[in-house]
Amino acid sequence: MTQAALRLSDLACLRGGRMLLRGVSLDLEAGGSALLTGPNGIGKSSLLRICAGLLPAFSGTVERRGGVTLTDERLALDIEQPLRKALGFWARLDGVDDGTLERALEAMALLPLGDLPVRMLSTGQRKRAMLARVIASGAAIWLLDEPGNGLDDASLGLLGAAVSRHLETGGIVLAASHQPLPLADDVRIDLRAHAAEAESA
Amino acid sequence: MRILWLLARRDLGQAWHSAGLWLPVAFLLLVASLYPFAVGPDAALLRQTGGGMLWIAALLASLLPVDRLVTPDRDTGVLDQIALRGVGEEMIVLARLIAHWLGFGPPLMIATLPAAALLKLDGGTILLLEAGLLVGTPALAALGLLVATLTAGLRSSGALAGLLALPLAVPLLIFGAGTLGDGSGAALKFLGAASLLLVAITPFAGGAAIRAGRE
Repeated sequence: MTQAALRLSDLACLRGGRMLLRGVSLDLEAGGSALLTGPNGIGKSSLLRICAGLLPAFSGTVERRGGVTLTDERLALDIEQPLRKALGFWARLDGVDDGTLERALEAMALLPLGDLPVRMLSTGQRKRAMLARVIASGAAIWLLDEPGNGLDDASLGLLGAAVSRHLETGGIVLAASHQPLPLADDVRIDLRAHAAEAESA
Repeated sequence: MRILWLLARRDLGQAWHSAGLWLPVAFLLLVASLYPFAVGPDAALLRQTGGGMLWIAALLASLLPVDRLVTPDRDTGVLDQIALRGVGEEMIVLARLIAHWLGFGPPLMIATLPAAALLKLDGGTILLLEAGLLVGTPALAALGLLVATLTAGLRSSGALAGLLALPLAVPLLIFGAGTLGDGSGAALKFLGAASLLLVAITPFAGGAAIRAGRE
C-alpha cells in the first residue's frame, strides 16, 4: 500500500465572484493531521471541498494519494431506513464488509441505535452516524468539516480516540472547526492569515 | 457494474418509498377515465382519438416525478458522497436513468391496458400503443431526468422543468402518436431514433449539469 499524502500548494479559493482565500499551502504525510480554524464564512468548508475534489481550485494544486472521505453538515442518509441499513449502503459502495461497519458503529457508540430509523436520531446521534460512515469508509484521508458540532463531551472523546487510531495506522486527518477540538493536530492553520480581502460591503 | 447495480437498486427503493411509482400510473388512469366524460361516450370517436390522448397523458405523467429525481439527493449531500467514492457523475445519472425507467415505463405500459379499455381501443391499436410506449418511455424517462439534473437546486424547479421538457418532448409525441395511424412502421423507427439519442446523451449532459451545479 502506498503511503497516503495530501499536499496543497499555494491554493486560492474563489466563491461567488469573491476571492475567499489565497496562498494556502499544506503538506501532510501518513499519520499527519491539521486543523483549519477561522470564523464563519472564511472558507473552511470550501477549502475542504476543494481538497475532496468536489470543487475546482481557482489557482494552486491539490495532490492526493489515497482514498478520501468527507463529512460535512449534510446527512446523506436515507432517513426512513434503519441506521444500520442506511450506513450499509455506503459500506457496500465502499466495498467494505459488515464487520468493518459494525466496528465503526461501535467506535461511535451507535450499536444500540442500529435498528432505529435515521429520522428518529438526535442532532448529535446523526453527527455520530456521519462520523461512523467516515470510519467505515476505509479511506486514508479524512476531511472533517466541523466534526464536533452537536457532540457531547463523551462523543467528542470517541471522536478523538477514532482520529488517534486513524493517525496511528497511517491515515491523514484534515479537520475544520471554529471551536477547539480534542484532537492531536500537528499543524494548525488560521485561515484569517490567508483571507484574501476584507469582506466587501 | 456492481456500483451501477447498487446505485440503481437504491434509486428504485427510494422511488418505491416515495410516491414516485404510482403517481404517473394514477395520472394516466385518471386522464383515461375523465376523457370519455369530456368528449362523450361515442365509441367511434373515442377509438379514433383515444390513442393520441394516452400519449399526451404518458408524456405529462413523465413530468410528475421530475422534482424528486435529483433535487433531494443533491440537497442532502448524497450525490457528493457518491462522487467522493470515485464514481463519475455519468455513472450516477445512468444508474438513475435505469431505475427511473424501471419504475416508470413498465408500470405505465401495464396501466395503459385498462386505460385502453376505457377508451374502447381495438386490439391492433393497443398493440401499436404498447410497442410505441416500449420504445418511447425510455426517451420520456431520459428527458425527465435530464431536465431534473438541469433544474436541481433552482427555485420553482418543477415549473421550469415542465417548460424545458415540453418543447423537447414534442418530437416524441409526434412520432409516438404517429405510430398509431402508420402502417409502414416509419414513425416507430423515428421514435426509436429519438429515444436512442436521448438515452445516449442524458448520462453525459446530466453528469455535466450535476458537476456544474455543485457549490
